[in-house]
Order: sequence, then C-alpha cells, then structure tokens
Amino acid sequence: MHRSDRHLLRALLALLGAVLFLLGCNKGSSGQGAPAASSAAAPAADTTITLQGSGASFPAPLYSRWFREYGTKNPNVRVNYQATGSGAGIKAFTAGQTDFGASDAAMTDDEIKAAQGNVVLLPMTAGHIVLAYNLPDVKDLKLSREAYTGIFLGEITKWNDPKLAKANPSVKLPATDITPINRSDGSGTTFVFTQHLSAVSEKWKAGPGTGKSVTWPAKAAVGGAKNDGVAALIQRTPGSIGYIEFVYAATSNQPVAWLENKAGKFVAPTPEAAAAALAHVELPEDLRAWVTDPTGDDAYPIATYTWVLAKKKYGDKSKSDALKTLLKWCLGDGQKLSNELHFLPLPESVTSRVLKAVDGIE
Amino acid sequence: MITGKEHAQVAQPPTGWQTRADIVFRGVAHLFGAAVVLLLAAIVFEVMRHAGSSMLKHRLGFFSGSVWDANRGQFGIFPEIAGTLYTSFWALLLGGFLGVTLALILSQGFLSRRGELVMKNVVELLAAIPSVVYGLWGIFVLVPLLRPFAAWLNEHWGAFPLFSTRLSGPGVLPASAVLTIMILPTITAVAREALAAVPPRLAAAAYGLGATRWEVIFRVMLPTASGGIFGALVLGLGRAFGETMALAMLAGNAQTFSWSLFSPGNTLAALLANHFPEAGEYEVNALMYAAGVLLVITLTVNILGSLIMMKATAGLKGLR
Repeated sequence: MHRSDRHLLRALLALLGAVLFLLGCNKGSSGQGAPAASSAAAPAADTTITLQGSGASFPAPLYSRWFREYGTKNPNVRVNYQATGSGAGIKAFTAGQTDFGASDAAMTDDEIKAAQGNVVLLPMTAGHIVLAYNLPDVKDLKLSREAYTGIFLGEITKWNDPKLAKANPSVKLPATDITPINRSDGSGTTFVFTQHLSAVSEKWKAGPGTGKSVTWPAKAAVGGAKNDGVAALIQRTPGSIGYIEFVYAATSNQPVAWLENKAGKFVAPTPEAAAAALAHVELPEDLRAWVTDPTGDDAYPIATYTWVLAKKKYGDKSKSDALKTLLKWCLGDGQKLSNELHFLPLPESVTSRVLKAVDGIE
Repeated sequence: MITGKEHAQVAQPPTGWQTRADIVFRGVAHLFGAAVVLLLAAIVFEVMRHAGSSMLKHRLGFFSGSVWDANRGQFGIFPEIAGTLYTSFWALLLGGFLGVTLALILSQGFLSRRGELVMKNVVELLAAIPSVVYGLWGIFVLVPLLRPFAAWLNEHWGAFPLFSTRLSGPGVLPASAVLTIMILPTITAVAREALAAVPPRLAAAAYGLGATRWEVIFRVMLPTASGGIFGALVLGLGRAFGETMALAMLAGNAQTFSWSLFSPGNTLAALLANHFPEAGEYEVNALMYAAGVLLVITLTVNILGSLIMMKATAGLKGLR
C-alpha cells in the first residue's frame, strides 16, 4: 500500500509538471500565434473558410437554416452563427470578434462611429411583432390603438374595460385583471415595439420612451426572458397579453390580436399584412429604415426589417468573397425559405438595393 | 504488513528525489492556495473598477432610486435590493423551519440508520437539481398550484398588505417557495452537523435526570447546537441572495417593490442576468455597481456565518 501510494504521488507530480509545462508553452505561442494562424490560412484557396457571426435572436431560426443549407452546397465555407441578442452582436462585431453581426435595431449613429464607420447595414429579412393573449374563449380580439397603448401604460387593467369592449361588440370579455407581459432582457423586439408605441402615443413617448429595455409603467407587468420566455408566460398566465415575434406565436398556436392601423382599420397579424406595411417604406441611402407607423389600409402596424452588419473593407479577400457569395445566396435563393419559417421575403425592389450594397464590400 | 524491503526504505533518510518532490509539492499547494485568494481579490477589483464611474455618478441615489432606464441614464436598484432581501427573508423563514426540523429527524434517532442515510441523500440531491429546472418547475407546476390559493386569500383577506394583490403568474410567493427548496439542503446539512457534534453524554445525562425526549431535544440539543444552527441559517441566506436563474424566471422582473406576496418583483441577481447581455457601456457600469452591492451583501453574510460557526464549535471544545 505504502509503496503504491508513493508511486501514485510521483506519477501525479510528473503529470502536473507536464501540464504546467504545456500551459507555459501554449501561452507563449498563442501570444504571437493568433495573427500568424489567420495569415497562414489565407493563401491556401481550397481550405475551409469559417465565417463567424453573432447577434439578433429573432431571425436566428431563418439564419441557421440558411447557413446550414448553404453549407451543404458549399462545403468549403462554414458559417457559425450565435444568437446572442442584437446588442451583444453589435458589441462583438465592433470589437472585431466576429466577421459579421446581426441586429433587429440596426445600429445607432454612435455605434457606427464606434466601428469607425467601417460597416454596411444590410436588411436580410423582415418580421412582425404580434400581441398574443391568453383568454380561452375569445378569438380574434380586436385592439384599438388607445386600447393596446392603454394596457401597456397600465391605464386599462380589466378585460371588460369599455375601451376594449367598444371594438369587440360581438365578444363577451371577462371581468378579470389584465397581466401585461414584457421582455425582461434588453432586446431588439422591445426596441421595435416601444418605437411603435412612441409613434402612436404621446404619453408613451414622454413616459417609457423607446429602447431595448424600458421601465414598464403598468403595475401588474411581468417580465420574461427572450421571446420563448414571454411566449411561455403568456401560455401559462390566464388573462395575460404580451408582445412576441410572429414566429413564436405561430409555432405555439397562441391566439393573437388584430390591431388598429394608422388608417383606422383593424388588421389581422398575417405575413401578408406585415408585407404590406413594409411595401410603403422607401429605403434611405444607408438602408436603415424604420416602419414606426405604416400607412395603408391593409398594413399591419408593427413590422420591421432585421439587419446583417458587415464591414465595408475586410482586408482579407478570401473572407470577403466568401461572405459576399453567401449574402447574395441568402438574398436570392434564401428568400424562398422565408415563408416556410414565418418570415417575410423581401420584395424585389429591396433585394436589388441590398445586393448593390453587398457588391460594395471589399 | 511491512515487508523487509519496505522496512529498510522507511528506516533510510529521504533520498534527494523525495526531498525535491516534497518541495515541489509544497510549492504547488501554496501556489494554488494563493491563487484562490488572488482570484477573489481580482474579481472584487474588476467589479469595482467597472463600477467606479457609475458609483461617482449615481452615488447613494443608486440605492433609493427605482427607475432602471438605460436610454435616459437613470439607474436605481431600490426594488432589487428590497426584493432580494424580501424573497430571501421568506425563504429563510420557511427553509429554516423545515431545514432544522429535518436536521433533528436525521440526527436524533427518529429513523433507522438506513432511513437516515436515505433521507440525508435525498435532501442533498435537491442541491444537485439545476437552477433552471427549478425555474421551469415553478412556472409549470408551482404557479398553477398556488394561483387558486392566492386568489382565495386575496378575496377574503385582501385588506391585509401581504395579500393585497392577485397572483397573475410570477411573483414573490412562487420565487420564495422555490428559494426555500433550494436552500433546504444547505441548512439541513450544516444544522445536522451541528446537532451531531453535540456530545452524546450531554443527552445521556439529561435522560439520567429524568428528562423526556422532547425536553432533551428542546432544552439540551437545540440550545447546545444553536450557534451551528444559526450559522446554517446564515449560509442558507447567503445562498438565497445569490440565486439567479430560478428567480429571473419566477420573480416577475418588475421594477417595483410591493409588500404583497402575490405581486411581481425583482432581485439583484436577476437584474444582472437579464440586463448584462444587451447592456451598453454606461449600463454595464451601473450593473457592475449593482453587482458590487450584491457582492458586499453576500460576503458580509457569509463571513458572519463562518465567524458564528467558528465561535460555536470553539465553545463546544471543553465538552469533548
């Protein structure tokens, strides 16, 4: 026993020494190793090129499908996309940790400045935000602008409030409390939703305002993490209402409310109605367009583009070429997959503009 | 059994290799020991370094404000501090009662040896369940169970501040209930150790004087082990303060504080978990400030607990 113990100790010490030695070596080499490795990969044309991206979680189902399909067709390009959230995606992209980013809230002027202006914003797909609710016996609830801003402002607290009843004459609304549900984490979804509320209501604009996370004024408001967290809360909380991306309501079969648009019409949150909302927007030079309150009788009021962030200049031709072909494929064949995954395919007029911007990447 | 050869080895002075191995081993052990201390210091330093600018800007208003608005640069964590203390208080009350009771059952011969072993392991297994599973269990099982009960209380006792709102879903009560279960293993294990450390002859002497079993437990065992039990409660409290995931899912993440058990609230750890991923530079500073506050609260509680434990076991030394 005694003897084997000592052997064991010796073996352990030897192992420890070896590990420390290796750690030391590794540290020494990784100091200058990183740039050497990337430049070594560049000349060999037939090696696999890996594109690293992270950001918005809302388009993640579509993006991961795109990148998987593209990967099977082009085995020499590997795309890693991580749905870390828009804000984290912008940060990682600005810090140069990723080759491209993705954001539901585009980038602010300050953020573009932080990236030294070396960035192009490319609308890749679009989606819309719906108000899902939990009232078992009520189908096709209609909410006027006054009603849904009132609910999230905490002014309307009961489902049988006259402001709600007025738009739903054929439905008997229960006398129960309303629980508004919001995102507890910072998110592009919240940004788009609060931006719309600010455009619709002066009171909202002066109060909570627009942001990736705001202070929710309703006293009964409850927060859930991410789109799926909010969807789960709505499902489990009788009398609740919350905003989620359409994909999440469609996959969970949760009833969604019709909203009153700028023209005063109640519109069901269908992909067609959201596409109609986007059709009325003219994209500016930098492709940063917000649809805060779309016009048109058939337009659903809360729709948005979502952007991929790419550098204007990469300084690595193999990488920029790979990214350009990938993005072109996404804007072409990739758009055909949008409907299947409940996203909105971009109209021809938009894709042609984005393709031009992609061509400008060096 | 020592063979002749090994006997000879033991009798010899250590070889050069053995001495060197000894020195290396001692050095490595010291190194790792120091690394743990340095790591804690580095974490505290890093948190405070980032929190610095926010501390200078928000000062003490940070503790009393209840607005968290990154767009306007207003940060206040009163609801989070209050919510952390409030949920932890309820968890400690319930968990303390349950935990100490369990510790008594597990240490005072109420069960067979086998039964004690099984129970002890089952309670310790509770500690192995991931936080997120507790959160999901809370949302899908606990909240629907509590809802009718809470609605009844609100209807009949609504004037009482604790029951003044309705439980819609997440809130203080489900959060505290899940916290109770999460701190139970800590409290039970440490309290059981404290009770087991009471010398058996104390109990034997009390029995000899004609005391009943209850009298022995309440007048001899519990008072003698009280220091250790108090330490168990403090350690449980420290655990409750830092719990994150389950609370982020169950507390409601509302930037308000209410005495009502059924209203949504928030905790410091949940605030950090929710806001870090998307935070900009200023918000990160404010979050670091909040993290510093949580760190100070938790460290204070843990140091206090360890001191009390040390004192309690020191008092027992003479009895052994």
